[in-house]
Amino acid sequence: MTTELALQITGMTKNFGGLKAIDGVNLTIPKGDRRLLLGPNGAGKTTLFNLITGDLKPTSGSVQLFGRDITGLPSHHCAPLGLARTYQIITLFPKNTLADNVILSLLGISPLRWSPISRIKGRKEFEERARAALKQVGLEAKADRPLGETSYGEKRRLEIALALAQNPSLLLLDEPLAGLSRQERLDVQSLIESIPRDITLILIEHDMDVALALADSITVMYHGRVICEGDRAQVVADPRVKEIYLAS
Amino acid sequence: MTRKSRITLISLSLLILALAAPLLMGQPFYINIGSQVLIAAIFAMSLNILVGYGGMTSIGHAAYLGTSAYVVALLTLQHGFGFYTASLVALGVVVIMAAIFGAIALRGTGITFLMITLALGQTMWGVAFRWSEVTGGDNGLPDIKRPDLFGLNLVEPGLFYGVMIALFVIALVGMWIFTQSGLGLSLQGTRDQPRRMGMLGHHVWLVRWIAFIIAGFWAGVAGIAFIGYHGYIHPLSLGLANSAEVLLMVIAGGAGTLLGPVVGAAIVVVLKMVVSAYVSRWVLLLGCTFVAIVILLPEGVVPGLERLLKAILPAARDDEEASS
Repeated sequence: MTTELALQITGMTKNFGGLKAIDGVNLTIPKGDRRLLLGPNGAGKTTLFNLITGDLKPTSGSVQLFGRDITGLPSHHCAPLGLARTYQIITLFPKNTLADNVILSLLGISPLRWSPISRIKGRKEFEERARAALKQVGLEAKADRPLGETSYGEKRRLEIALALAQNPSLLLLDEPLAGLSRQERLDVQSLIESIPRDITLILIEHDMDVALALADSITVMYHGRVICEGDRAQVVADPRVKEIYLAS
Repeated sequence: MTRKSRITLISLSLLILALAAPLLMGQPFYINIGSQVLIAAIFAMSLNILVGYGGMTSIGHAAYLGTSAYVVALLTLQHGFGFYTASLVALGVVVIMAAIFGAIALRGTGITFLMITLALGQTMWGVAFRWSEVTGGDNGLPDIKRPDLFGLNLVEPGLFYGVMIALFVIALVGMWIFTQSGLGLSLQGTRDQPRRMGMLGHHVWLVRWIAFIIAGFWAGVAGIAFIGYHGYIHPLSLGLANSAEVLLMVIAGGAGTLLGPVVGAAIVVVLKMVVSAYVSRWVLLLGCTFVAIVILLPEGVVPGLERLLKAILPAARDDEEASS
């Protein structure tokens, strides 16, 4: 094999009772790829993310992250292995300031998270890196504001900042543009474009203009299966994709 | 000076004033109430780790205070241990007990967690009540001698109160350090967003389990102070009523704040001790107080007062700069 793989999913199945949410998915993501996961609601995209990160245990199949089997590993193993994700529904810490939100992310990969005595606030390595991560998403000016004083669009960017702060090798973005205005979409789009190319990206997104502009390659899912894979032209030309999107 | 540091200064002055008040009043009655408030405060602070910072509502916390007190009583009365050696053993027992009970209770969250802690707490009450050849059953264990400390006779109320102040300050500072520490921040994060915390690399279950053990340890410390003060332990002290009372202290004072449990403990103990001397239906008054707190200051007395102070104190110029 010539190219190194960031992620390899083999024969993945997940049943919820009688429902096959994921039905024999194979997915191979080379290092440095920017992959768009496309598909109508209920196609199993977020479920697939949850299976990769260990939030859900697969019924069968395996996940390999940079050649290492992580199938069924609990989610706290992801961060040290360089896997980070964001959530479709904002999942932030409402009682904390923006900087403290990022500090919790940095703490997650620091041994100090086990210390019952060492004070974290005011530690240079945390404060500076938190501010750097906020700067990366254009929120440095609001670092000391409580989360409640930020707009929805800013929360979306903070979601990404929490993931980026850990300097991951593979980043899963679950609908990073959901619920944003046009201008905010452009901001987040350029933010995602600015993510260094050595971070492999998998993106779930419904905004086709943005998503197709960002992605190198596309995987289309429908009813828990992968039905088509390729670059933009290949996917758009695929008759099954046309059928799904025109029918729904 | 920023508004935040002014509020801290005001709280600290009020705390020092409150600690000095029983001594200024001079009578042993008030000094003893002071000691009881501080013991209850340490107990409530220990539960606050679970309820306030961890978001885990336990209604079996008296089991740790009671078990620790029983171990001290049994070892000093029946096995010839000194008070302090017995206390060390008691802390060891309580830590092991919290580790086992925590592992069981943390199989659930929310209401399940609450019900398991209730069941475990009542189990300990049942043991104390039924195993009468060892625990004295309903008679309890009387006549545990208050120890000397560095040659000082702690039977003197003022000296005992002084020791309680020292213990309380150690607990309070320890609590403050913990809430600012990596583990403390991690615990508060798991309260607000457990799923995200897992994804960020925090081991949610383990963090909660360690917090459970730390909470048990401090409840054990409160139990040693309790037996030192009363010299007597009864199964009621590790039963549901006591667990519910300490939970009320935490919630009324303000869960998840440093001083909330302290204020809650003061309210409950003062009402119980002082008001009951004048009003025979003092429990009714306690109930009315809680209703008033829930209606007027739903988040607890301390956060409520903090909000009030913020409204009164104008924001200083450096605040504006700090936040803009």
